This record gives sequence, C-alpha cells and structure tokens, in this order.
Amino acid sequence: MLDAVLLTPLGEIAAYPIFFFEVLIGGLLTGVMYGLVALGFVLIFKASGVFNFAQGAMVLFAALTFVGLKDLGVPLVLALVVTAGVMVLLAFSIERVVLRPLVGQAPISLFMATIGITFFLDGFGLTLWGSEVRPLDIGIPTDPIIIGGLFLNGFDVVAALVCGALVLTLALFFQYTATGRALRAVADDHTAAMSVGIPLKVIWTIVWSVAGLVGLVAGIMWGAKLGVQFSLALIALKALPVLILGGFTSVPGAIIGGLIIGAGEAVFEVFWVGLHGGASQDWFAYMIAMVFLLFRPQGLFGEKIIERV
Amino acid sequence: MFYLETGQYKTSYAKDQQIFSLVQDRVGIVVILLIAFTAMPLLASEYWLSTIMLPFLIYALAAIGLNILTGYAGQLSLGTGGFMATGAFAAYKLTTAFPELHFVIVLLLSGVITAFVGVLFGLPSLRIKGFYLAVATLAAQFFLVWLYNKNPWFTNYSASGVISAPPREAVPGVVVTGASGSPEAKYLFTLTLVVVLAWMAKNMTRSKMGRAWMAIRDMDIAAEIIGIRPAWTKLSAFAVSSFYIGIAGALWAFTYTGSVEALAFEINVSFEVLFMIIIGGLGTILGSFLGAAFIVLFPIALNNALLGMGLQNAVELASHLELMIMGALIVAFLILEPHGLARLWQIFKAKLRTWPFPY
Repeated sequence: MLDAVLLTPLGEIAAYPIFFFEVLIGGLLTGVMYGLVALGFVLIFKASGVFNFAQGAMVLFAALTFVGLKDLGVPLVLALVVTAGVMVLLAFSIERVVLRPLVGQAPISLFMATIGITFFLDGFGLTLWGSEVRPLDIGIPTDPIIIGGLFLNGFDVVAALVCGALVLTLALFFQYTATGRALRAVADDHTAAMSVGIPLKVIWTIVWSVAGLVGLVAGIMWGAKLGVQFSLALIALKALPVLILGGFTSVPGAIIGGLIIGAGEAVFEVFWVGLHGGASQDWFAYMIAMVFLLFRPQGLFGEKIIERV
Repeated sequence: MFYLETGQYKTSYAKDQQIFSLVQDRVGIVVILLIAFTAMPLLASEYWLSTIMLPFLIYALAAIGLNILTGYAGQLSLGTGGFMATGAFAAYKLTTAFPELHFVIVLLLSGVITAFVGVLFGLPSLRIKGFYLAVATLAAQFFLVWLYNKNPWFTNYSASGVISAPPREAVPGVVVTGASGSPEAKYLFTLTLVVVLAWMAKNMTRSKMGRAWMAIRDMDIAAEIIGIRPAWTKLSAFAVSSFYIGIAGALWAFTYTGSVEALAFEINVSFEVLFMIIIGGLGTILGSFLGAAFIVLFPIALNNALLGMGLQNAVELASHLELMIMGALIVAFLILEPHGLARLWQIFKAKLRTWPFPY
C-alpha cells in the first residue's frame, strides 16, 4: 500500500525527470488559465462581498458571443469590441435587476441568486448561439516549443503571457487610476467609502464589467484551447477550489492558487492515479480545497475575515 | 369562511400538538392520501405513474433531505447528487451481497451508510459556513461520483459499468424494483415510503433536534450560548439529511430508472434539488413537495407548449429555455418571495379564512 502511494510514483519521478518537468510545466500553464477565471471571482468578491457563482457562466457566455459573432463574419477586432460591450451591458443589468433588490440580504441569498444567474446565462447563451462545439482560431500557434530540452505547448505559453499581461494591467489600473482607488476603498470598507462620496452602485457596475471583461479573456483563451462548448462552464467551476487555496480577497492568490491546482492535479493524475482509472482532475482540486478549509480557511494569501463557527 | 378555526377547541396537549390541528387540514390530507393511494394507481396511465409520479416522489424525498440540512439547519450543500449516488450504490452492494435481506431493510441500511458519508463530508461545517461550505460539499459531489464511476468494485466488476437493478419483492410475489416490477407496485411502494419518511421528518423538525437546527441556522453564536452544541447539531443535520437523500438515491436507481449508474447523479441533480427547495420554500416539508412537483412538471409543460406551437427541434430549444427560465425563476423567487411556494400557500389560506367577506 505504502509502496504504491509513495515509492512507485516517486521512483518514476526520479527515473524520468524530464517527463516530470514537462507534466509539471504543462500543469502550471493550465493552472494559469484556472487563475484567469478565478481572477473574475476575486474582483467581485473584494468589491461587493458577493460570491459570484456565475463567473463561469460569464466566461461561457462571453466565449459564445465572441465566437458566434466571429462565425457570422464579423471581423475579429469588431467582434471583440461588441462582446466587451455586451459584457458591460450584462454587468449593468445584473446590478440593476438582481443585486439592487437584494441589498442587505444574507450573503447566502446573494450566492443562490448568482446560481440562478448562472443557469439563466447558460440557457440564454445556448438559446442564442446553439449548443454545438465551435472551434475558435485566433491565430495562436499550437506547435510545441522546445526550451532547454523540454517540449512545451506553444499555445499554453502564449496563454500564460496573456494572463501575465492582464494581471499587470489590472494591478496598474487598481494602483494608479481614480476608479481603481475607489474600487480599493470600497473593498476595504463599504461604509467608509460611501461616506467619502464614492457611489457604491457605480462601483459595483464597474467591477462586474471588469469581471465580465476578464471573463471574456478567459473565455477566448479556453475557447481557443478546447473549442467553445458547454463544458467551459464546468471548467470554470474549478476556479472555486483555486479561490479557496489562494484566498478570496487576493489577486496574486488567485493566480498562484491556479498554478498550484493546475500543477498538482497534472502530477497527481499522471504519477499517482494514472493506472487506477484516471480522470482524477474531476475532484483533486476540490479535495485540496477541502483540506485547506479544514486547516487554513482563509487560504494562502487571503485576509483572515472568515467567521469561525 | 371555508377555513375558519372557530369552534375547534384544543382540550388536551395531544390536540395542541397535532401536525394538522384544523379539521379542514385533516380532511384535506386524508383526501389527498386516498387519491394518491387508490385513485392514482387505478386511473393514471403507465406514463403518468412511471415518468411523472415516481420521479416526483423521489425528488420530494431528496428535497426533504436537503431542506433539513439547508432550510432547517442553514448549511448550504451542493453535494446532493453525490449522496444520492452513495445511497444507490450502497443499496446495490447490500442487495447483491445479501439477496435474502428484505428490500426495505436494504433501503434503510443504505440510508445509514449515506448518513455516515454525509457526516464525513459535513466535518468541515464545524469550522466554516456559507459558500465556503458549499465548495466543500462540491468536493463530495465530484469525488463520490468519480469513485463509483471508476472503481469496478462498486459495480461488482460488470463490464459495461451500467448495471440494471435486480428485482426485489416488498411483499411476497410483488416485485417493486428493476424493469420487471409493475408501475403500480413501484409507485405504491415508493409512495408508502415517502409518506412515512415525510411524516417522520415533519415530526423531527418539531422536536428538540429540529429546534436546535433552526436555532443554529438563525444565529449560531446565540444558539451556542443557550446551550445547543453546534458540532452535534450540525453533524446530526448532515446525518439525517444524508439518510433521506441516500434513500432517495437508492429509490431513484431501483424503482425509477431501474439501472444503477454513477453518471445519473451528476452535479445538475444537486442543483435541481437545491432549486426545488428554493422554489418550494426553505424550511418547510410542504415546500419540498411543491418544489419537486414544480421542477418535475415544468420541463414537461414547457416541452409540450413548444411542441404545441409547432416549433422544429423543440426538444433542444426547450432544454435551453428551461435553463434560462429556471435561472430567472430562482432570482425572482429570491427577490420576491424568499419563502417560496409554501409561503404562497399560507397566504392563500389566510385569504381563504375571510373570503368572501373582507374582514
């Protein structure tokens, strides 16, 4: 038993170090994409305290709209702009129709309301654009890149770069613009922010829009990797364990949590479960999250705001 | 005027504690039960019995289970599907290992096994709550379904992974499971179980334990201060809830679909049951039935409506529209009537009291 759990996999890792590093880096690059989805959750949670279950649906909806417009013959850039506009409009309507009437309700009601939004968006996107898998080619090369003897998927490297650029942009936006400062003020303390004249409703619309745009980037990257299809919404569910690992309130935490989950599940799947049926990616991330919840509920980088029971 | 309590005096403690303290309610429930037990199996078509009534009853049982955990004890769970799968596979393993064991005992034992699994995954609830707990129960959902799907021991090493439920008798000569049972027998068997279990659940929520659950839900710190043990209360809610959900899962596999497969209990089952209790009413047993009826009937009605309008490939469109309308309904209920259909029924009863006179 111990042999199968420890010795054999570790022996395999020691025997094939290059293969191990390929698996590891492949996992890390997938993890970047998880982080990309988790980023949208963090933004909304920080600014409004709403746990937005619908982030995954927003990713799928953005990807469906983008690829749908593109298939209609709309040029790439125009499709991007229109989809961004749609996401902003969506943020506006969610704030107006769902969040505003529920202000002051228990967080759990808001959470269940976002589950409702999830189903609405999934259904809306599918009704509008159909349910077949649509390939999305945005001109990223998928040839393997060889760096120092390691074979890497070129697409994943580009995705990692895009993600890095996005995080940098967001960091600059939060740090150096007036809106960014207002967002951080709201995240720190709602009441104090309101008392110095920051309009909370506008801020909420902005932050949902930003989350929608992050969802658009994530949707395009995932869509280009796997084709735009309904299962994207399920992949996005994996952002939840990523968040628990990284902490609900930390932007770097979302990315690093994504990296750990991505690498962990790839290595675990290949070296530990591979022979026993596989497909452990379905649950590995959630189990890690559960262990974290038991021992360190605020995650790696989160603020210690969690209420102990 | 039709629903007056005038002249009905409660002259003993037993009368004061009745579940249905009004004559009108008692007559109503007896009529409903009579229709359900006699008229339904005699008059309803096979289609109604086996594709509408059976899933309705089983879903209602699962919804009662989730309602105990989420509605009464306030612990949000997204692991219902995984626990239903646990019940189904526990029943399958038990009944194939001990074929002579009576099927009702098999069901109860599989409920007990599910209760243990539920407590295991409920342990995080001692330290966390709210959506943190929801994510922890997602772990149960994905892990359990994966476990039963990938581990051939649970399917007795069958080659295809899809196994049909073996026929079992409730009373000698009457097969109530699998493909060989008649719809009437399966329906009556399920109905009896559901009625008994629902009655037990109703009484449980009125007992000391049920009050402790509600106290924890309403404010855990205050509950702890007045002497309710949070750990015991939460874990008992997980255990009882999983017991119900496990039996529902076993019934789902054995009487409704007739095949035991893990993929029938994917995450969307968890969401469906959650929607039932939100739409039906959090923290009411009646709401579990109303919500289950709604969620079972709504897609069928939508499908028929679209077909009636003469739309081509209506099935796919209906499934997409269903998602959309369901999501909108959830949001609408949370905003407009957080207590669900059960509350609407209460309002209706209050109106009925004075109708047709305004005062």
